[in-house]
Amino acid sequence: MSTQNHPLELPEGSPLVRFSGVTKRYGDLTVLDNLDLDVGAHEMVSVIGPSGSGKTTVLRMLMTLEKIDEGVIYVDGKPLSHMERNGQLEFANEKYLRTQRTNIGMVFQQFNLFPHMTALENCIEAPINVLGMKRDEAEERALNLLDMVGMLEKKDQHPTRLSGGQQQRVAIARALAMRPKVMLLDEVTSALDPEVIGEVLNVIRALNSEHKLTMLMVTHQMGFAREISDRVCFFYEGKIAEQGTPDQIFNDPQNERTKQFLSAVLDAN
Amino acid sequence: MSYLDFVIEYLPKLAGGAYITALQLVCASALAIVVSLVFGLMRLSRLGVTRGIATVYIEFFRGTSLLVQLYWIYYVLPLMGIKLGAFESGFIAIGLNFGAYGAEIVRGSIEAVPKGQWEAAVALNMSPGQRMRRIIIPQTFPILLPPASNLMVELLKATALVALITVVDLMFVAKQINATTWLSAQTFGTALIVYYAMARFVLTPFLRWLEVLAARKVGKA
Repeated sequence: MSTQNHPLELPEGSPLVRFSGVTKRYGDLTVLDNLDLDVGAHEMVSVIGPSGSGKTTVLRMLMTLEKIDEGVIYVDGKPLSHMERNGQLEFANEKYLRTQRTNIGMVFQQFNLFPHMTALENCIEAPINVLGMKRDEAEERALNLLDMVGMLEKKDQHPTRLSGGQQQRVAIARALAMRPKVMLLDEVTSALDPEVIGEVLNVIRALNSEHKLTMLMVTHQMGFAREISDRVCFFYEGKIAEQGTPDQIFNDPQNERTKQFLSAVLDAN
Repeated sequence: MSYLDFVIEYLPKLAGGAYITALQLVCASALAIVVSLVFGLMRLSRLGVTRGIATVYIEFFRGTSLLVQLYWIYYVLPLMGIKLGAFESGFIAIGLNFGAYGAEIVRGSIEAVPKGQWEAAVALNMSPGQRMRRIIIPQTFPILLPPASNLMVELLKATALVALITVVDLMFVAKQINATTWLSAQTFGTALIVYYAMARFVLTPFLRWLEVLAARKVGKA
């Protein structure tokens, strides 16, 4: 593992998230190839690209769901999945990972709500058991969030009783209940029927405009990415082939791959 | 002697035996559940040694005869200075044996919980213990109960073996009655009926109720 050229900590004023030379391989397949990516506080970054380009892996690495092969990810200036031992960066233990994970929340393509808990119980489980909040406090926070995503009336329903769009809105509330600094949205509308995609996008719009959360979003909704993002990153074969403002990427792409991808996707729509 | 007379005369005795059978069932099941959980979880351990120990245990108890295991515990262990009563030997042998089968059910049902549930628990920063206890294990019940119910009915019937190490259970009482009356058809016929009734009208409805409860807990009923 090469972490030698990486500092133990980033200086003050560094971006909230930094991928520094991050490589991820599955056997012979290189999914992320020496990736450098910064995400600033309150920035909304969309990740687009063909399937297999490593988009989702970026989020999964940041959520510590995948082990890093090379490079270092920094969150809030500190290494995410490495810790210092004898002046060197080594893989972090579970205890260290848990302190760093508090910064990050994730919403999944398949919602992954806990089926044995109601919507409300899904939202208070971790605040009570991980953050150590009192039950009434956790409930108050959860009810506010469920209200914000328009799911207050369904708070006592189990996930099986909810539509995909409703489940996804609960999943967003559940992630927000942990007050993460960075929210990761992994193709959150890909498993939804077309008529409910809008209700989930509206929630994300509100998060972005009212709360200015730092968000990293993998999406196939080009129109939405264009409308909401501060920056769009086009991934190709484990690297960022091109990045820029939505205007630059969608109106005036420079990279051949970006042009091909966008014309293919926009044709399909 | 009509069958009615037989029943009137011997049913109280048989009921006493059935009571011991029921106690064997309860004790052996309790032990089997603990063993299933422990070895089922060990089978999923990241440590090769832990997995290995569980595999050896499961292979040994599934691969050898329950009757021989029963005799070992009751007749051989005392030679090594471990002396257990007949009742204890009986349910310990059955519990250890069925626990080996149960461990595989536990392992299989934990593996059947979708991977996304683990990942959601990690994303909410739960500790490994919390993930297992609060998220995964509760979801295994609806998956685990149907095969576990099957095993439990098997276990009830397997308790008849403890008669062979002098536990005065239903089977033992039936053999006693048979030895004194020679009314084999009535005796063993009644024993069959009592075993069937215990399985069909007590154990199965109870397990079915648990299944419904577990399904309701995940919003599926």
